[in-house]
Amino acid sequence: MYKYDAIDQQIVDERVKQYRDQTRRYLAGELSEDEFRPLRLQNGLYIQRHAPMLRIAVPYGMLSSEQLRKLGDIAKRYDRGYGHFSTRQNLQLNWPKLEDIPDILAELATVQMHAIQTSGNCIRNITTDQFASIAPDEVIDPRAMAEVMRQWSTFHPEFALLPRKFKIAVSGTKQDRAIVQAHDIGLEFYKDSNNQVAIKVWVGGGLGRTPILGTVIREHLEWQHALTYCEAIIRVYNMHGRRDNAYKARIKILVKALGIEEFKQQVEAEWAHIKDGPNTITEAELNRVAQHFEPMPYESLPAHDTSFDAAIASNPAFASWIKRCTHAHKQSGYRAVTLSLKPHGKPPGDISSEQMHVVADLADAYSFGELRASHEQNLILADVKLSDLFAVWEKARAAGLATPNIGLLTDMICCPGGDFCSLANAKSIPIAEAIQMQFDNLDYLHDIGDLELNISGCMNACGHHHVGHIGILGVDKDGSEWYQVTIGGKQGNDASIGSVIGPSFSAEEMPGVVQRLIEVYLKERTDEERFIDTVRRLGIAPFKAHVYAEKEAA
Amino acid sequence: MSNLIKNNAIVADEWTRVIPPSLGEEVVKKQAGKVVLFKLTGEPTYSPEQIAATQIPATGKILLPLTVWQANVAQLAGRMAAGEIAILIATHEPLESLAATFSDINELPLIAVFVERFPDGRIFTMGNLLRTRYGYKNELRAVGDVLRDQLFFLKRSGFSSFLIRADRSAEDALSSLQDFSQPYQGAVDEALPVWRRVNRSHA
Ligand code: SF4
Repeated sequence: MYKYDAIDQQIVDERVKQYRDQTRRYLAGELSEDEFRPLRLQNGLYIQRHAPMLRIAVPYGMLSSEQLRKLGDIAKRYDRGYGHFSTRQNLQLNWPKLEDIPDILAELATVQMHAIQTSGNCIRNITTDQFASIAPDEVIDPRAMAEVMRQWSTFHPEFALLPRKFKIAVSGTKQDRAIVQAHDIGLEFYKDSNNQVAIKVWVGGGLGRTPILGTVIREHLEWQHALTYCEAIIRVYNMHGRRDNAYKARIKILVKALGIEEFKQQVEAEWAHIKDGPNTITEAELNRVAQHFEPMPYESLPAHDTSFDAAIASNPAFASWIKRCTHAHKQSGYRAVTLSLKPHGKPPGDISSEQMHVVADLADAYSFGELRASHEQNLILADVKLSDLFAVWEKARAAGLATPNIGLLTDMICCPGGDFCSLANAKSIPIAEAIQMQFDNLDYLHDIGDLELNISGCMNACGHHHVGHIGILGVDKDGSEWYQVTIGGKQGNDASIGSVIGPSFSAEEMPGVVQRLIEVYLKERTDEERFIDTVRRLGIAPFKAHVYAEKEAA
Repeated sequence: MSNLIKNNAIVADEWTRVIPPSLGEEVVKKQAGKVVLFKLTGEPTYSPEQIAATQIPATGKILLPLTVWQANVAQLAGRMAAGEIAILIATHEPLESLAATFSDINELPLIAVFVERFPDGRIFTMGNLLRTRYGYKNELRAVGDVLRDQLFFLKRSGFSSFLIRADRSAEDALSSLQDFSQPYQGAVDEALPVWRRVNRSHA
């Protein structure tokens, strides 16, 4: 993965110094609440229900074992001994003290980490596929470009105070796993007809209050122009995006208001001035960064391993973990492992300091000392030999990290919600836990099969509820907490936004509602059909009828 | 004591800013019960009555809103030639109208961009465009809700002087111009990104 040079290190060190002084001035009353807010937000610090929340950047989800150990130590020393992986591949601490943040940042800087631009109205952490470089369907490893873009976006002076937050995702696979269509800008890398790396540029996607999937603004962009083209897009947005109404301030609203043709025309006009300018990426720079992402020193191994095959044959629990929690790898004899941060009955995405140390040790012993965080809020060991999988499983299981539920109903995405987040309409974690307990039967879960259930505590949609096969959104009705349910959302190349099935439900009703949705699916599905396929084939009517019939009868 | 920063020092301000009078009640715009904090790009700043009622000092160097200048071009042409006129444009006013008003914007010894509220990042793009698109070479000043924590970005966006908000210390603000020593991306003050400035393969 990318290693800082003296320049990168100096920037994070200078940032710590700058933020330490900003905190000092705030505590001394020299900065008002309003003046400090964007400063702390651009450093990932929210003021939450109970305490500040600090969001630490994990650029495009890559972590070293050393970094994860440091995060574990920080969580222990400055927080309550655990952290929470978010849907933006970042790590959040829920209970740090505002006065301690500069010290936390100084500790992070020692392992080449920071909290820069993890919140606020600026370019946020750039996200990508958690299986970058190892996925069999990958065309281009997007990480070098993601790093080039991380550096470019860090303290970009022109885009320091945008109308609203700005999220960029990059993807280099046939099957999109980075939800490029749900980002302000999505860059989809591919090989063009001349076998050159090119980018399909999506713009104006986003979830939140007005969920919209992105539109293609340019089918073919040479990779050298990635930065200048993004600058042109963001410049048009910075000047014309709505600052008069926070709910209409995302770029998607501007793109919709102008229409894609007019927006594109303005962007292209702007780009004509800066195209081929100094921010045009050079081959040399891309190569310099790409050196950090060279393939791992893999052993050449056969596609089968006898001890592994034997363990699968004799141990059904291991076999079901392999089936759900490991993934095909480009390199023969290797698989990627997802360590589930979704044990039943615990807040999705949470991980204790001790678990962080266990995972770091696993990475060192079995996966070249590196890990990835996924936007599904799990951790990944990307490069594990078949012959090591059994040992990894045993150790992960002992640490509560081997629930074989990846991709299943209980592997849900869930935002921190009303327990922590001051913007929430309703709690989300207890709903997740109640549903997990309702479905706490692995055979039943496996029978239900692939299902994505996403929960957000309010329409800011941090839990991506719109693109969940089942989406749950916390809403406020006369001061009490209710939940609106959507079905038929999906991420990926054929992304869609879910449809609301009807009036919202109380917290107690929610496990039953999900249960009834599943009942319809199990009754109606044809062979090989996943929940989402059945919803797409039948529409929402039969689901709605069954859910509300029971409700009326009750 | 002056609150003006220029060339890394606090200097006296030789320009007098001319502000049109507010006539009658200010209308507070609201949306969904909330006060609208930012004007949309293209919204007018002053009414024709306000512009007509503006008192323009008879002598000295004056900083005029663009619209006030446009209404008084004939009377003030001589003072413009004498270098006594500078123009102020607000972040929601289109730069095109400034460019269209002057055949050569480098006639102006000073352009000021007024930012009503510091989170209004349009000021950065405006600085950038004035320098890189319109080729403006003289003093470019940030005026209004100008605070030290935005100075580094303003400097990188092409601003050369900064009138710090009156209730804040310009002395304290000075150091923020040096917040970062080696920024990553090319911008106005330093057009080259870091990889074109230094050989990073040996850094
Ligand atoms: S979706 Fe709403 S409640 Fe959940 S974390 Fe985001 S802002 Fe908070």
